[in-house]
Amino acid sequence: MSDAARPVPFRGGGFRPVAKRGAGLAVFVALLALMEWGTRVGWISNLTLPRPSDVATTLIDLARSGLLWTHLSLSLSRLLAGSVLGITTGIGVGVAIGLFSYVRAGLIPLVAALFPIPKIALLPLFVIWFGIDEGSKYALIALGTFTPTVVSTYGAVDNVDRTLIRMGQSFGLSWASIVRKIVLPGALPGILSGLRVSIAIGIILLVAAEMLGAEYGIGAYILQAGSLYDLERLFAGVVILSALGVLSSWLIGLAEKRLLRWRV
Amino acid sequence: MDLTLDRVTHRYGDMPVLKDISLRIPAGRILCVIGPSGCGKSTLLRLIGGLERPDEGQVLQLGTPPPGCLNPLTYVFQDFALLPWRSVAGNISLVLEDHGIRGPAAETIIDDVLARTKLNDFHNALPRQLSGGMKQRVAIARALAVNPAVMLLDEPLSALDAQTRELLMEDLVALWERAPFTGVYVTHNLAEAVRLGHSIAVLSRRPGQLRELIDVDVPLADRQPGDPQLEALQARLWQLMKDEAMAADQELLDV
Ligand SMILES: Nc1ncnc2c1ncn2[C@@H]1O[C@H](COP(=O)(O)OP(=O)(O)OP(=O)(O)O)[C@@H](O)[C@H]1O
Ligand SMILES: [Mg+2]
Repeated sequence: MSDAARPVPFRGGGFRPVAKRGAGLAVFVALLALMEWGTRVGWISNLTLPRPSDVATTLIDLARSGLLWTHLSLSLSRLLAGSVLGITTGIGVGVAIGLFSYVRAGLIPLVAALFPIPKIALLPLFVIWFGIDEGSKYALIALGTFTPTVVSTYGAVDNVDRTLIRMGQSFGLSWASIVRKIVLPGALPGILSGLRVSIAIGIILLVAAEMLGAEYGIGAYILQAGSLYDLERLFAGVVILSALGVLSSWLIGLAEKRLLRWRV
Repeated sequence: MDLTLDRVTHRYGDMPVLKDISLRIPAGRILCVIGPSGCGKSTLLRLIGGLERPDEGQVLQLGTPPPGCLNPLTYVFQDFALLPWRSVAGNISLVLEDHGIRGPAAETIIDDVLARTKLNDFHNALPRQLSGGMKQRVAIARALAVNPAVMLLDEPLSALDAQTRELLMEDLVALWERAPFTGVYVTHNLAEAVRLGHSIAVLSRRPGQLRELIDVDVPLADRQPGDPQLEALQARLWQLMKDEAMAADQELLDV
């Protein structure tokens, strides 16, 4: 050891997410550039991957023809109706499980039984119950978003700081006040992060539902392209789905920023 | 309003935590409760405040709470228990809303209790923006807002540093001088007990029994650091606690 003064090495960095603008975009751009370059130079054959610029042209054509909006509006309304239904009932049931011992004892096994069922397998059943039209699609998406929402919601309610609830009781707050002012806000972070998963599952099921018995919709579009091995159109559909995923995740991020400003 | 504990016994499962505790908590005076760790002090406080039911014996309320009292038995918690999503004012209005106090009426009370705890400038701050001492002052302000007949304080200062503790203790004395409240003050810190208690209940190791009940005659305002009478009392309390701790160690060795 020498006697020279040295600064103490810094070890405290990291483990704290910081907003890095454009990093996500850069990853996308880099991947696309790699694909574009690979397909142009030829070490990726056109049969394995379509050229991103071709996919873009396909998308633009689709938009010009007006069909994009037909597909998109139908898909979005299905996604919205189904997931709003599934998520609201999911949050309701999840909160009830978190609050009432009987509901918990009665419903947790049922939810555990429903969760692992591949909902797509139930589509024929839904078609019988709700008809081949929109009803069965809504039901499929609703059921698919329902189970993960229930699980994340009651987990979030269970995780609410008990000392805060005790505090509420000690000040004589009514049961309803404790639920509304302490339990629900305390569970909100967990519920919101659960929504990310639920909505992603909703998008997956949307496509599955549209692959069976739908004329329009992104799933139908992808199915048609797939059966023709039209990779450009297939990928154009996939790009739209990914965009939906990014959009919903961004919306939830926005909601988190607004609603959870109190967090560190 | 006086409180009386009548042979209170409490168990968690098979483990007795409190045994046969009888105590009187007269109005307008502060009772400090000290005892070794785990002897059931927090449990005792929960029983007094009605957050838990004693297995045997009862906690009795003598007389009616004074008019204007919204929540007769009010806690100040060791870990503050502030809602992180509500501002300082919001945390106080939380306990008023259920009594139908909103708007200007609530604002008057909030401003008053914030002034009494010297927090005027932090009306809109969120708990995460406050230091530990300030958070506990908010919790005290919240307790004052409901005009309690009895304040139940569970180690309210033990999460704070020595200086803050000293300052808050002076604040508590000043608050009591302005408007004497009835208090049950659980603490580990003998100096706090000697500084704040009109009487001091010493509990034995678990199961907690009342070992001694000591009255302190010096008025709160006259208690200066270095007072020989208080120093002697503190030394005596320390001896009691040391005996209990050593006896507890002995029990462990015997097992
Ligand atoms: N809800 C509970 N269920 C079961 N056991 C409990 C419960 N609360 C406390 N105990 C046990 O009862 C005993 C007394 O606990 P209590 O918190 O009242 O002690 P304390 O005197 O406040 O301790 P400390 O000085 O560390 O705060 C402890 O052994 C504890 O483990
Ligand atoms: Mg305790």
